[in-house]
Amino acid sequence: MSEKGGSLLLAEFEAKFPYDYSAGRYASYFLKRLKEQKKIMGIRCPKCRRVFVPPRPACGYCFVRNTEWVDLGDEGTLWGFTIVQFPFLDPMTGEERPIPYGYGFIELKGAATRLQHFVTASDLKKLRIGMRMKAVFREERKGNLADILYFKAIE
Amino acid sequence: MARRSKRNVAIVATGQTDHRSKRPDVNIVEMINEAVRRCLDDAGMTIADIDAVVIGNMEHFEGIFFTEMWSVDGAGSFLKHGMKITTGGTTGSSLALAGYYHVASGLFDTVMTIGWEKQSEGETTAGLIFQADPLWERATMSGAIGSFAASATAYMHKYGITEEQAAKVAVKNRKNALNNPHAHLKLDLTVEQVLKSKMLAYPIKMLDMCPTSDGACAMIFSSEEKAKKMYQNPAWVVAGVTRHDQPFGGDLEMVMNLRTLRSATEEAYKIAGIRDPLRDLDVAELYEPCSFAELSWYEAAGLCGPGEGGKLMDSGATYMDGELPVNPSGGVLSTNCIGATAMIRVAEAAIQVMGKGGQRQVPNVNRAMATGFGGSWWSDVMILSRTP
Repeated sequence: MSEKGGSLLLAEFEAKFPYDYSAGRYASYFLKRLKEQKKIMGIRCPKCRRVFVPPRPACGYCFVRNTEWVDLGDEGTLWGFTIVQFPFLDPMTGEERPIPYGYGFIELKGAATRLQHFVTASDLKKLRIGMRMKAVFREERKGNLADILYFKAIE
Repeated sequence: MARRSKRNVAIVATGQTDHRSKRPDVNIVEMINEAVRRCLDDAGMTIADIDAVVIGNMEHFEGIFFTEMWSVDGAGSFLKHGMKITTGGTTGSSLALAGYYHVASGLFDTVMTIGWEKQSEGETTAGLIFQADPLWERATMSGAIGSFAASATAYMHKYGITEEQAAKVAVKNRKNALNNPHAHLKLDLTVEQVLKSKMLAYPIKMLDMCPTSDGACAMIFSSEEKAKKMYQNPAWVVAGVTRHDQPFGGDLEMVMNLRTLRSATEEAYKIAGIRDPLRDLDVAELYEPCSFAELSWYEAAGLCGPGEGGKLMDSGATYMDGELPVNPSGGVLSTNCIGATAMIRVAEAAIQVMGKGGQRQVPNVNRAMATGFGGSWWSDVMILSRTP
């Protein structure tokens, strides 16, 4: 108990919180192709033809099963971005995420949705909407989205 | 498509705590009880008059769960009907909609809704990231501010919206809060002060962003028979609409275009017979999580055309003396106890219709709109009226 508030005590807690999460068939396929071949795969709705990334079992617009995998390449356009400068606790690590860093949305060619990820350039100040961006992959890939380290501006 | 309820429902009372950045003087149950007692006093009721209690907050912010269980003493819900609702930022408006549905269904005559948050006791940004998809979004998602900022740049780029126009929202709402005894941030600012405040994530600066607050709000929804018997000027619910969107951030245009609000307001206006919302509504409480969002929500709510939110702000139409005052309470930029925030929008709209707004009262309010925002870019809309 902390006595910061005088006679009104403050209980302080810190807990580890382990858990598992089933990736499912669609994410499993995506993450295997990412790890083994550095491919970013989208999935197409057979009805409206929208291509979704991240991939998902059903098209939210048509409510039909998505069936056709599409190789989206590793280049796209910067739709919107920011440079994060405020400190915050990252629940993935339990520590403050290092700042500043670029964060944004990338439109991969052929996708109807955008991918959110870290973004960078030779200098963060050079980031501009509409820039061509290219995925930079981790050397030792593990089969998660962090196998893409960030998207870097093609300058 | 929703329709007008067959049974008329009125909001007859509201109660709020005096919201602060920290309330170490009370625990959560005590804080909830403050709002409940103020609400019962406003209604002239005792807890025995309440048939059902619906309560909610964002449990993962404080990291304590089962609100509906341990809040019973403060909420007054012992051996009453009720449930918990947790839908992110829209929690408070989902609760208000649930109060409306409970009475409209004919199953209950008098229902209390309670929203609360004690943000000082948890980690808001960590909580928000933790609610994001574990495979696709947690590693990169940068809290609410990151999403607002990264899509606000797209909004500015597409329509030429400026930081100055957004800063005007921050100035307007904090100034309105000076008239609201419950508001957390009451500040008389200049545009320049907003522009020079600490950069959080371009273009969002400290004073463009809502605060984190401790506070609670309660409301009572009543059947027509009871409302007409006991109250001169209740606020009648004429429309209640909710909308959800696709699951991932990259599926949405976020601050650039809130399509859930567009869709929800279009339906609500149809139900309420509103053709031109800028003209036909007398006041609006919009859930604006950051200054840029209010400009964009003007567009989504049909108060102006796409990309014209900045111009509408410049025109002065949404100031206290404008054609449609927006956020006389000070809005979310002045008070943000998340599980209560969207309910405060509905409560403040009801206060305006009931004529109980004191210093923040807009003259002659016949119709008021309240919106909730949150979840994954979800929207709730309620339209209240002086007549059923």
